[in-house]
Amino acid sequence: MERGPGRMDSSNRILYHAMLYKVWMLMNQSVFRLTLPILFGYLPLGTAFGVLFATQLDYPWWAAPLMGVLIYAGAGQILAVSLLAVGAGLVEVAVAMFVLNARHLFYGLSLLGRFRGAGWRKAYLIFGLTDETYSLLTSRSRGPDRHHEQRVDFRITAFNQSYWVVGCAIGALLGENVMFDSRGIEFALVALFIVLTLEQYHALKDLFPIWTGAAAAGVAMLVLPPAHQLIGAIALVTVVLLAHYHRLRTSANPVSPEQRS
Amino acid sequence: MTYLLSFILVSALATFATRVIPFLFLERHTDHPLIKHLGRYLPAAVMALLATVFLVRSADWQASLPGLDALVTGVLVVGMHLWRRNALLSIVTGTAAYMIIVQTGVTA
Repeated sequence: MERGPGRMDSSNRILYHAMLYKVWMLMNQSVFRLTLPILFGYLPLGTAFGVLFATQLDYPWWAAPLMGVLIYAGAGQILAVSLLAVGAGLVEVAVAMFVLNARHLFYGLSLLGRFRGAGWRKAYLIFGLTDETYSLLTSRSRGPDRHHEQRVDFRITAFNQSYWVVGCAIGALLGENVMFDSRGIEFALVALFIVLTLEQYHALKDLFPIWTGAAAAGVAMLVLPPAHQLIGAIALVTVVLLAHYHRLRTSANPVSPEQRS
Repeated sequence: MTYLLSFILVSALATFATRVIPFLFLERHTDHPLIKHLGRYLPAAVMALLATVFLVRSADWQASLPGLDALVTGVLVVGMHLWRRNALLSIVTGTAAYMIIVQTGVTA
């Protein structure tokens, strides 16, 4: 007895599989469309990393895409090139990577519920939480079926990482011989963040977090060196949101939540 | 070669640690009102912050009109998006404008 679609003759079975294929293509088409801005950002940036890797270091080319597969962090991998160049100690490497990527500590906060019950996909969803993937996942509109949405999240994450890895490989293989003038194309990611900010406002109808984020970024850029500006700004934003939460709670009910329990 | 591979492994673990820690320690508090508050407002604030930082970094501050390249394209993306609300169109328009400005050096 055959499995799957059950008893059906061969022409029906072909039709059934053709339909499944079409549904699969359509789903991935929308994921591809959604991740297209990230393709424009990740391919050139990944390539830039690959070129840097190939021209600064004496390691085999495949290590660059391998880093894209296993580390998958833009700024982190560029820092890794300079650490590899000086032969930094592994403890130093671990600390530097952790500090540089510490902003990701805050990203999980908004996704705890969303990733709940995602099974084996969850580990990969967490692994792939870059700035850009986090931005897409928290900004896109969602249906009521959580498991379906988690599968879409998973594909978005995988598409994004594949762009990055391909970029790393192209850059490392080409080295200095990158031929076309793509200067400025990485602005796609800046434009993406601007668009997603507007979309976030559209969903929340509240300017408060937007101004808080922009102001925190301004303060961080004025007082911190570039390497610490993102984490500084995110820490600042979190402190403001904590104060905001505290004020909302105390004004909503005179007895604080801790005292009630 | 051993150094390279252990280097990559250590970097991968340190990076993954920053992403997985909230899920390890806060999973049980998913429904706490504070976590919900942060979950509601943090993405919008982080997005605005990323947009601001990367927009400022994409500007040429040594140009005769400092920062004009990023300012013009930033305003273009916002205007385009408010007008048509088509994410891809806003991004492609802004990126194309920025590439033209950077490659021709009109604001340099």
